[in-house]
Amino acid sequence: MTLPTTPSPLAVRGLTVALDGRPVLRQVDLDVSAGEFVTLLGANGSGKSTLVRAAVGLVPFSSGTVELFGTPLGRFRDRQRLGYVPQRSRAVAGVPATMHEVVMSGRLARRRFVGWRSKDDLAAVEAAIARVGLSDRTRSAVSEMSGGQQQRALIARALAAGAELLIMDEPTAGVDHDNQESLAELLAGLVAEGTSILLVAHELGPLRPLIHRAVVLENGTVTYDGPVDAVRDPEHVHVHVHSGRPEKADGFKGNPVGGGQDA
Amino acid sequence: MLDALQYDFMKYALVAAIFTGLAAPAIGTFLVQRRLALLGDGLGHVALTGVALGLLVNVAPIFTAVVVAALGAVVIELLRMYGRTSADVALAMLFYGGIAGGVLLTNIAGESANSLNAYLFGAITTVSSSDLVLVGILGVVVIALSLGLSPQLFAVCQDEEHAKVSGVPTRAYSILIAVLAAVTITVAMKTVGLLLVSALMVVPVAASQQITRSFRTTHLTAMVIGLFAAVGGLFTSYQIDTAPGPTIVMIALVVFAVAATVGAVLTRTRSRRARVDWV
Repeated sequence: MTLPTTPSPLAVRGLTVALDGRPVLRQVDLDVSAGEFVTLLGANGSGKSTLVRAAVGLVPFSSGTVELFGTPLGRFRDRQRLGYVPQRSRAVAGVPATMHEVVMSGRLARRRFVGWRSKDDLAAVEAAIARVGLSDRTRSAVSEMSGGQQQRALIARALAAGAELLIMDEPTAGVDHDNQESLAELLAGLVAEGTSILLVAHELGPLRPLIHRAVVLENGTVTYDGPVDAVRDPEHVHVHVHSGRPEKADGFKGNPVGGGQDA
Repeated sequence: MLDALQYDFMKYALVAAIFTGLAAPAIGTFLVQRRLALLGDGLGHVALTGVALGLLVNVAPIFTAVVVAALGAVVIELLRMYGRTSADVALAMLFYGGIAGGVLLTNIAGESANSLNAYLFGAITTVSSSDLVLVGILGVVVIALSLGLSPQLFAVCQDEEHAKVSGVPTRAYSILIAVLAAVTITVAMKTVGLLLVSALMVVPVAASQQITRSFRTTHLTAMVIGLFAAVGGLFTSYQIDTAPGPTIVMIALVVFAVAATVGAVLTRTRSRRARVDWV
């Protein structure tokens, strides 16, 4: 922190990923500077989930580099600085678990190999749960919580270890408007405190005013990287490129790839 | 009932039942959590090949079973990690290979497949004092690691990818869980038998989660249910003159039925929060 130049929380250079021999990402560059809120937009199949999964080490890449806080991914050990929030479907496993237990597992970045919880761990977990506004659900089974609450619980798990960079994979998917509002409020507070955020999204909704920069992926390459204002209508990009909503409109319009940047 | 304990074989059987009843759900909870409930059954089949190998080379089958089952556990985890084989297909191959290898080796050893019965269905009353030492040591190792590493194993089984990003050595712990399951099977071989061992790893967990909502409570309650079923089944089988293995498993299933009923009533009549959470 006292270094004259703080290294970027995330710096991706020339990343190329192939899954089952099929190229998914080609020569992708992506930066998240300290305190910056970056959103990664793109259609289903554009490679945005693969990009964040490669950036946290879950998907191997064939060429390129990923640096976290100035350290190459392979040598990155300060895992508590990295908060990964996967898609919500991963919140529930085959045995019941309370939200407190799930959030507590976020503290393992600080005791990966062995060790039981300490007083510090308990305090950090309580604080993270309070932070996402779920203190009244601490002892609830995660499976009995709503989708939006599960999402916030997974954010609390990432915050519990003291993450400085949050990487979130579609936290808004299937979350109702009220929960999106409270998510926006939470993220606004985190950004104000200096947390850096990389958020993968289909649509921005209430998060839009918080975002410093948008990166648009199409077919595995970056087609836009700049202020979110220029992507005047991310939902527009979304409808054109993405096969989702409405399912067939996309094919009918047949917009040329790369139209996103000046939409 | 306690007059049964005047026999040495019943004393040995009781000690074996206690270790089995505690160890099987202790590791089984993690298998259920990561949705690999049938892994124990697959490894039980592999252990049969180990037993046959012991008969063939004249080594105590319990030693060869633990070695072969542990190797099988490592292989299946490596297949899951690096291979293109899905978990259920890998398990199916364990089932077939284990049974076929077991019977084949027994034939080669010049014995009939009937000599495998004691291992398939358990023969708790034939537990020797040297078996007991091994069962005790292995049982303590399984219980100690399952409880001692529970924060890390919980994270790996709850969300393996998140645990990996957090820096938890997920591959090593996945292999450890599979190996501990294999060791447990050997511990349980003489009590409930290889065909029923998976029941004691899974049924107490399934019973416990009917009435719980935290992992810790589920884990510990499952161990209590496992202990109750193992010890209760042993004495019941002595009283009504049945084989201990199936008796133990039936008691576990009865506990499951009761727990499922109680759980359903709790959910219906009160709020969902009525579930117990005493740990």
